[in-house]
Amino acid sequence: MKRVLLVVAVVALYLLHQDFWFWRTAHPLVFGFIPIGLFYHACFAGAASLLMWLLVRHAWPARLERESEAIEAKEDANL
Amino acid sequence: MIPAIVVFLYLAVVLYIGIFAFRHAKSKHEAEDYFLANRSIGPFVFLFSLFGTNMTAFAILGSSGHAFSNGIVTFGLMASSSGLVIPLSIFLIGTRVWALGKKYGFMTPVQMFRDRWDCNHIGTVIFVVQAALLVPYIIIGIMGGGTTLSTISDGWVPFWFGGAIVALVVMSYVFFGGMRGTAWVNTFQTVLFLCFGVIAIIVIGSGMGGFSSVVQQMLATPTLAPLLTRERISPYYFFSYTFIPLSAIAFPHILIFCLTARKMQQFKKTVIFYPICIMAIWLPCVFLGVMANRVSDVPEIRAKQEARRVLATQGRNMPPEARDELREQAAGDDVILRLLERFAPLWLAGLLGAGIMAAVMASDSQILGLSTMFTEDVFAHYGGKARFGEHIQVQTGRLFVVLLTVLAYVVALRAPETIFELAIQYAFSGFAALSPLLVAALFWRGSTKWGALAVTLWTASAVIAVAVFQAIVPAPAPGPSTVIWSLGGTEILARTPGGTSVFGFMPVVPMVIVSALLMFLVSLVTRKPRAETLARYF
Repeated sequence: MKRVLLVVAVVALYLLHQDFWFWRTAHPLVFGFIPIGLFYHACFAGAASLLMWLLVRHAWPARLERESEAIEAKEDANL
Repeated sequence: MIPAIVVFLYLAVVLYIGIFAFRHAKSKHEAEDYFLANRSIGPFVFLFSLFGTNMTAFAILGSSGHAFSNGIVTFGLMASSSGLVIPLSIFLIGTRVWALGKKYGFMTPVQMFRDRWDCNHIGTVIFVVQAALLVPYIIIGIMGGGTTLSTISDGWVPFWFGGAIVALVVMSYVFFGGMRGTAWVNTFQTVLFLCFGVIAIIVIGSGMGGFSSVVQQMLATPTLAPLLTRERISPYYFFSYTFIPLSAIAFPHILIFCLTARKMQQFKKTVIFYPICIMAIWLPCVFLGVMANRVSDVPEIRAKQEARRVLATQGRNMPPEARDELREQAAGDDVILRLLERFAPLWLAGLLGAGIMAAVMASDSQILGLSTMFTEDVFAHYGGKARFGEHIQVQTGRLFVVLLTVLAYVVALRAPETIFELAIQYAFSGFAALSPLLVAALFWRGSTKWGALAVTLWTASAVIAVAVFQAIVPAPAPGPSTVIWSLGGTEILARTPGGTSVFGFMPVVPMVIVSALLMFLVSLVTRKPRAETLARYF
C-alpha cells in the first residue's frame, strides 16, 4: 500500500509540472517581484526534494545495501 | 584585467587540487583507483561532484541566455523538471548500478550491459554511440573556456589562448588526479557557482535599483510582458522537455560517477538535496536573464534586443542565412557577463567570473568518462589488460586523456561553435532515447541483447535523421513553424524556429517512446540470456 501511494505521489508531481493554470499570467507577483509562474516552479523543486525524502525513507532498496555490506565484510575478512 | 587575474588564480587552485589528489592516491597504478577513486567518495563530495558534473556551462551562461530570449519559462522547462526526473532516476537506477558495480566489479555501463545480456560486439556498438554523443560536450567546453576568458579579460586573452589554457588545466588535473582529482575539483567548482548565484542576484539587483520596479516596467511594456509568463511556449513543447532529463542517468560519465560512492547511503543526501541545488543555481540565473531585458545602458545588450526586434518584424522576408546571423546576434549567452561588467565591482566581477569558469570547465568528467570507457570497454575487453597488465592500462587511460584533449582543442579552434551547440541539442535527446537500455537491464528479466541493439541503432539513426532534417530545412522566423508533412489536417512533421516538432512534440518524445517499444517488441521475439546470467541479476 505504501509503495502504491509513493507511485501515485510521483505521478501526481509529474502531472503538476504541467501547470497550465498559470500559463498566461504573471500575477500575483510574489514578494512584489517574482512572477507566479516562476514561484510555482521554485516551489515544485522544493516539493520534488520532499518527495525524494519520502522515497528514501519508505522505498529505500535496503536489500541491495545489505548485500553490498556483506560483500564488504567478506573482503575485509580476506585482507 | 583584474577579473582575468582572479580567474587565473582560480585556475591555479584547480590545478593544485588535481595534483594534490594525485599525491593523495594510495595505489597510483590500479585502474579502480585512477578511474573510480577506489569507490571511496564520501557523502559531501559525492553530492556536490555529481551535481557539478551534470551542470555544464549551460547552467549559468545558457540558462540566463535562454531566459533572456524566452522568459521565465526557462526555469520550468529545464530546471524544475530536472529537479524531479534526475534525482528520481539516480534513486531508481544509480543505486542499483552502484550495487551491481560493487558486486561484480563493473566500471562502465557497457561492462554491465555485456554481462547482463551475454553479449560482446553489441556492447561495442553501444560504446561507439555513447562516445559519439559525448565528444561534442568536450569540444564545446573548451570553446566556452576560450570565450569566457576572452570576454572577462576584454579581449586581452585571445580565444585560442584561453581555450588552450582551459584545455591544459583540465587535462592536467584529469591526467594526474583521475576520478579523485576530478571529483574534488568538481566539488570546489560547485560550491563556487552555488555562491555565484546568491552574490550575483544581490549585486545586480541592488545595481538595477531593486527588482520590483524592473518587473513593473516590464509588465508595462507590451513586447517584454510576455517574458514574465509562458504564453510564447506551447504546452506540448513544455511537456516534451520533461523527457530531456532522462538523458542524465544515461550519460556514461554520470553512471560511472555513481560507481564511485563509498556506501549506498551516499545516494540518500544526493537525491534529497539535488532539486534544492538545481533551484539554488537556476533560479537566480533565469531571473537575471529575464531582468536583463530592461537594461538599456549596456550597448551589447541593446544590440541583442535590436537584433531580436528586427528578426521578429522582418525575419519572414529575409533569406535563411540572414535570419541565422540575426539569431546569433540576439543570443543572450553572455548577458550575465555583461550584467556583471555593468553592476559588479571589478574584484567581485573577477570572483564571479571564476564561478562562471567553474561551470564552463565541466568537461573534465566527460574526458575521464571517455577514457574509462575506452580503456575498460575496448582496451581491457579486447585483451589489452591481460596482455600488458593493469599499470599499462592506467597509462593508456592517461594517454587517451591527453590525445582526446588535444584533438578537442584542435577541432574547437577550427569548427564553428554553432555546429557543436546543435550536436549537444541532439545528444540530450540521444541519451534520453538510450535510457530504456538501463531500465530494461535492471528491471526486466525478459530483455535481450537484440532489444538493446535495436534501441542503440534506432537512437543513432534518429539523431542523424533530426540533424540532417534541420540542416536541409532552414529554421523559419519567429512565429508559426514550417509544416513539412501533415495528414488530414494533423501536423506530423514541422520545422520550428528552435528545432523540429513531431506531432507538436519535440523529437525526444517519439525517440524515447519508440526506443522503449523496440526494446519490448524485439526482446519478446528473441532469445533470452542464459538462466545462470539471469540468476545473477533477479
